[in-house]
Amino acid sequence: MKLLVTFSRKRGREPVIAQVVRDTGVLINVERAQIDSHEGEALIEVPDESCQLVREHMEALGATTHRLDRTILYDRDECVDCGACISICPQEVFAFDTDWKLVVDEGKCVLCGKCQLACPHGALTLQL
Amino acid sequence: MEKTIELVNERIRDGNAVVVTAERMPGVVAELGEEGALAEVDVVTTGTFGAMCSSGAFLNFGHADPPIRMERVWLNDVEAYAGLAAVDAYIGATQQSETRRDQYGGAHVIEDLVSGRRVELRGSSRGTDCYPRRTIRTELGIEDLNQAVMLNPRNAYQRYNAAVNTTDRVLHTYMGMLLPNHGNVTYSGAGVLNPLSNDPSFRFIGPGVPILLGGTEGMVVGEGTQASPAGGFGTLMVTGDMKQMKPEYLRAATMHGYGVTLYVGLGIPIPVLDLEAVRATAVTDADIQVDVVDYGVPSRGRPTLRRVSYAELRSGRVEIDGEDVTTSPLSSFRMARQVASELAERVASGRMTLALPTRRMDPSKAAQPMRETGQAPRVRDIMDRTAVSITLDQPVTAAAAKLLRGETNHLVVLDADGRLTGIITTFDISKAVLRPEKAKSVADVMTKRVVTTRADEPVDIAAQKLERNNISALPVLDGERRVIGMLTGTNLSKLIGRGRK
Repeated sequence: MKLLVTFSRKRGREPVIAQVVRDTGVLINVERAQIDSHEGEALIEVPDESCQLVREHMEALGATTHRLDRTILYDRDECVDCGACISICPQEVFAFDTDWKLVVDEGKCVLCGKCQLACPHGALTLQL
Repeated sequence: MEKTIELVNERIRDGNAVVVTAERMPGVVAELGEEGALAEVDVVTTGTFGAMCSSGAFLNFGHADPPIRMERVWLNDVEAYAGLAAVDAYIGATQQSETRRDQYGGAHVIEDLVSGRRVELRGSSRGTDCYPRRTIRTELGIEDLNQAVMLNPRNAYQRYNAAVNTTDRVLHTYMGMLLPNHGNVTYSGAGVLNPLSNDPSFRFIGPGVPILLGGTEGMVVGEGTQASPAGGFGTLMVTGDMKQMKPEYLRAATMHGYGVTLYVGLGIPIPVLDLEAVRATAVTDADIQVDVVDYGVPSRGRPTLRRVSYAELRSGRVEIDGEDVTTSPLSSFRMARQVASELAERVASGRMTLALPTRRMDPSKAAQPMRETGQAPRVRDIMDRTAVSITLDQPVTAAAAKLLRGETNHLVVLDADGRLTGIITTFDISKAVLRPEKAKSVADVMTKRVVTTRADEPVDIAAQKLERNNISALPVLDGERRVIGMLTGTNLSKLIGRGRK
């Protein structure tokens, strides 16, 4: 399960993710993080069964969490199987099958957004 | 053994012609040998489906009442060329909407028309005695047009160089998104299925030859613009009746940061009349080579990193500088196959016969670069020929004093040999004032990573550097990293003031 965690940095540099890992014992995989002077945002992957527990602890520490059931929306009708998305994706979400048809493995996506820009046919939309 | 075009057409009409796609042909030749393949196969069909920017259509709207001779025409806010008398216009695929920019353009107008959607026509005129009306606004579907003739000046490139980017930033090009530090390779073209790669001597492809364009029967007009078949980069000018076309084979697209383009499906049948035709159509992806070109270099003569075959490109990975780099085609091989198969089916079922070119195109032709009567302005034409400098070991206060005295915002920092090693701006001095304990000498406060230019660099490239790095000056260096001048935003605005003479 993917969670998008947003935390304010007004209260200082509290190690929210590390704290939650220690308190819950759940191993959190940080897939992407962007932190600037006043706000931090991290995309994390947690085991489905621990999702609720992690969310509760995160929110107790002042973070907001957003469950991502979908990552990118793939519009098969717009896609022409050109493959422009394949090489720019850092996570190998896209590949051709043996008939040169595009296959999309949404679960690997870390919502970097590159494919949304790179798709010439507007077939990929980030679900945020 | 040789066959005539009449024999092949007779077999097609009788439903007895053996038609295979160009992808299958190498296998047929491997199995039956060249003589066997000549005896067996009558027609090889090719197909390609990719971004073909140089596409468009002539449209005739019919006369309004009172009549108007439209001098300017917009379709859904995309301007079409109307210098063709009263009610004709040419809508070019890459022309962008005046209101929706790169999200809508000529390609989208074409796609909308072919998909049965209406578009808004807006026209204006000075008004004449014979054409008194000055403006018009109406909605038209493709069925309302007298003619909608697709005429694409440059389609079906024989092959296309692959693209890579060795700079440290993302580039947005017509070859798609190119990641920094050769993070990916993009390419285009159907390789084994490409029409001209299956007939590089233009023996069977030329003016008058029937083709499948946009899902309907069209025709080769002749040599495409910019054709350079001597180097393996032939192109074709093609035409077809847009009213009969299918939206599946004409797909509008936007290359982010570049603009609008049209994906076109195009296939050409090649009659297999002799052994030379057998050999030409037996071409494989491994036989078709292209350069991997560095789009990070902003000049016409972009450097080549290496040569690769379509077989390597289509394997999904190529080696660049010792690293395995992922490739992306920008054209669709699945759709290219579909075009070639649909064409094969048409020919095999007798619905489409073949023809030889009415005249032969010149396979030895090479495209010329533009003759420029004036050189694009260079940095040396507008730069300041002096630069205020300071050496590394000087105190920050000395730098501040020089900035004030020199009435400049930039001090170039030189090492002991007089070569550029850093730059100091008033911003750096301000930082030093805030943290005096950390900033004693010029070396402590200067910016070490300096973006620079050279005297012979085109001004447009230097201006891009300023804009991209959000800076206001570039030291101008000679070959030995010695500073010979400065280029500032002020210099650039003077150039604009001069009207770029």
